[in-house]
Amino acid sequence: MSELPEPNELFTNIDSKPSQTGWMDTPVEIRKGVACYAGNPKSLEYVNLPNARLWSCFDEDWQLPENWKEIISKGFRERLDRFRSVKVFMDICVRCGACADKCHFFIGSGDPKNMPVLRAELLRSVYRNDFTTAGKIIGSLGKNFKKVIGARELDLQVLKEWWYYLFQCSECRRCSVFCPYGIDTAEITIMGRELLNLIGLNIDWIATPVANCYRTGNHLGIQPHAYKDMMDFFADDIEEITGVKVEPSFNRKGAEILFITPSGDVFADPGTFTCMGYMMLFHYLQEKYGFDITWSTYASEGGNFGFFTSHEMMKRLNSKMYAEAKRLGVKWILGGECGHMWRVIHQYMDTMNGPADFLEEPVSPITGTKFENAKSTKMVHIAEFTADLIKHNKLELDVSRNDHLKVTFHDSCNPARGMGLLEEPRYVIKNVCNNFYEMPANTIREQTFCCGSGSGLNAGENMELRMQGGLPRANAVKYVHEKHGVNMLSCICAIDRAVFPASMEYWVPEVDVTGLHELVANALILPGEKKRTTDLRSEPLPGMEDDDAE
Amino acid sequence: MNIGYMYSLIAVIVLFLLAYIGVYFPGGEVFFGIIIPYLAITIFVLGFINRVIDWARSPVPFRIPTTCGQQKTLPWIKPASIDNPSTTGGVIVRMILEVVFLRSLFRNTKCELKTGTKISYEWEKWLWLFSLAFHWSFFTVLFRHLRFFTEPVPGCVELVAKLDGFLQIGLPELRISGVALLAAVTLLFLRRIWIPQVKYISLGSDYFPLFLIFGIAFTGILMRYFTKVDIVGVKAFTMGLVIFKPHITKGVGSIFYVHLFFVSVLLAYFPFSKLMHLGGIFMSPTRNLANNSRVKRHVNPWNYPVKVHSYGAYEDEFREKMIEAGLPVEKMIAPETPEEPEEKE
Repeated sequence: MSELPEPNELFTNIDSKPSQTGWMDTPVEIRKGVACYAGNPKSLEYVNLPNARLWSCFDEDWQLPENWKEIISKGFRERLDRFRSVKVFMDICVRCGACADKCHFFIGSGDPKNMPVLRAELLRSVYRNDFTTAGKIIGSLGKNFKKVIGARELDLQVLKEWWYYLFQCSECRRCSVFCPYGIDTAEITIMGRELLNLIGLNIDWIATPVANCYRTGNHLGIQPHAYKDMMDFFADDIEEITGVKVEPSFNRKGAEILFITPSGDVFADPGTFTCMGYMMLFHYLQEKYGFDITWSTYASEGGNFGFFTSHEMMKRLNSKMYAEAKRLGVKWILGGECGHMWRVIHQYMDTMNGPADFLEEPVSPITGTKFENAKSTKMVHIAEFTADLIKHNKLELDVSRNDHLKVTFHDSCNPARGMGLLEEPRYVIKNVCNNFYEMPANTIREQTFCCGSGSGLNAGENMELRMQGGLPRANAVKYVHEKHGVNMLSCICAIDRAVFPASMEYWVPEVDVTGLHELVANALILPGEKKRTTDLRSEPLPGMEDDDAE
Repeated sequence: MNIGYMYSLIAVIVLFLLAYIGVYFPGGEVFFGIIIPYLAITIFVLGFINRVIDWARSPVPFRIPTTCGQQKTLPWIKPASIDNPSTTGGVIVRMILEVVFLRSLFRNTKCELKTGTKISYEWEKWLWLFSLAFHWSFFTVLFRHLRFFTEPVPGCVELVAKLDGFLQIGLPELRISGVALLAAVTLLFLRRIWIPQVKYISLGSDYFPLFLIFGIAFTGILMRYFTKVDIVGVKAFTMGLVIFKPHITKGVGSIFYVHLFFVSVLLAYFPFSKLMHLGGIFMSPTRNLANNSRVKRHVNPWNYPVKVHSYGAYEDEFREKMIEAGLPVEKMIAPETPEEPEEKE
């Protein structure tokens, strides 16, 4: 790993003035600290991805199949014929530049090829050359004419440039909000990564989670017994903190609801506290209202790294959700806090793996609320579910237990721009915390900034890129930290919870990270609980530390 | 030197000279006045249709609207029914706002890095304003031109022309749209070369239509206010084109042919260029779809079966560990022959 510059240095080094040399004449320079390591061949083989081999992006030779140009060209054609989005987005960009400074990677790096428009032009230039009549005719007049119309041939340099910059986009769709035609760089990146995968160009932080998820049901590769072990461990923690023993059930046939959440929550802090939050909420509902829910070790991953590989891989991994719901015979599915997981569920799942006609239209067994917005997909977001509970006064809460926190909320890209889940989490937070402060309007809701490491970019070797990409979000957090003393950044995404600790540590060290349901569980009064002296992190609750419990 | 705008500028100058001088050659007036315009309009219509059909041939496999507001969920949460439409009506309003008022561009912000590691985002209205001025004035100019292609001239065209000239300056009175078009095109061009990032991404094919439209507006203004073109003669000529009895009117001057030639080039260039955003915006899946994908199943016409890792295969791999951990399994392990899979229950 290369040396990560100091925050001030990184910030002052951002030079967003592009060079005098045109972008087509500026060859790609693959830098350590920005690029990710190549996919492990074993992982590729496990899920039958082509051209599995040991290679490195820093080598001259990427060990491509001999006919790689042909494969890419054929793949490009296929995708143009399958996706209207790609075809239209290849054709209609006017390069107005509205998207340029909307990308967190451009803001944080100043690299002009991180402007969404230029990222797309990397592919468009080849498209014009190979697939348009005008490109072929004018291009045949000479190299300068090609350049004037923005066409170029696909060669190894161009391919390397694709790989380098398509793994510097987190598919967050912020540019698409500002584009007058709604051109969505995520679509272009998704397609570009599909093409690269056809010749074995991937990164390990995506390929290995994909293989793990395929095999064990979750991207961390946690095997079923270990999954249960971890949850048992959380149950012990919960008992220590609250005096209440929670007993989650797994793979239980005949349960009313199946719960699926990203496995990151079972694995690493601070996601684990969110996981404890779910367990406590479900226990509370079970005790009070006979709530009947099961977890699954087979479908133990909400997140879908297949989405960062190809549409096909997304479908292969996602299939487990409905398959498991069917096997267990549940009525509907409840989904945990996760970003791209919810884009997949909301915009893709029913189309790919539906119809879910073996499930019932979701109804909250506690409030009787019909979730009509999920009546076809039959999967409800836990923020929707909990907001409904609070609205109907079904939760007994001691909000003061979150009084030591000054909370702000980060809208995760996908629930914000691929779904519109904006108010539900805010409603929940405002009902479980007394101190809530919004970040500036241009950085939240549909204009929210990516955490900087979405879409499989949260590796360790690309830390400079991650800190660059995380800058706009961190900067907005810093603003509310300085203005209101905010010390807790809440979010509804497992990748957020995995990457924000590093980015906060780097940019705003005084701010910690939490999931929504950790806050809920902190406030939730479990039946028969002892007086709590600590929060879920086993940190003393101010004002309660001296009292003797019970 | 930026070859992007040099090549484009040279191209437009060459086009100008072609028409300006060309009409003096024998048959030049017929060529530039009749053959080229008919050819251009044919290319435009067929090319446009062809492009739209080509787009339409590719399906929209997934429902991928960019949601720019609150979704419709619980009854007590107010949805953003236009920026995140859940109904066709909402989509229509969203599209109208997008097409007529450039809604998304209106959101534009300018990001600035300040000293002391601060970042600011300011509302940036100029791009929106220039673009709006450009599109609206261009549309008004086009609409006004209907008076050359209709007889009698419809009342609404007269009315727009009248409104357009409400300042009542000079004789013939000043039409605002023409001047606005010229100004907007100029500003859009200057923006392209002033803002370093925009200059960096601009291609020749971005400058070319700007120069061409500048040429169109400029020659138009020249004819109306300065060379005072023979309007009656022009109308007789254009009506001839409309009713397919084309004939040349003498004495309209070569600037008129330049104007006509520029328009023809623009029309013929249109279907092969970025100008197709006119049609494309209506087909953009991130804007023209309702966000109702959890309510209604969206069908992907090419959805195909994929290889999945079944629960059975999963249990087979982990059965022993699962049993040991007390997790329920579908098949128990037979005590004598643990290797062999059991009969299905």
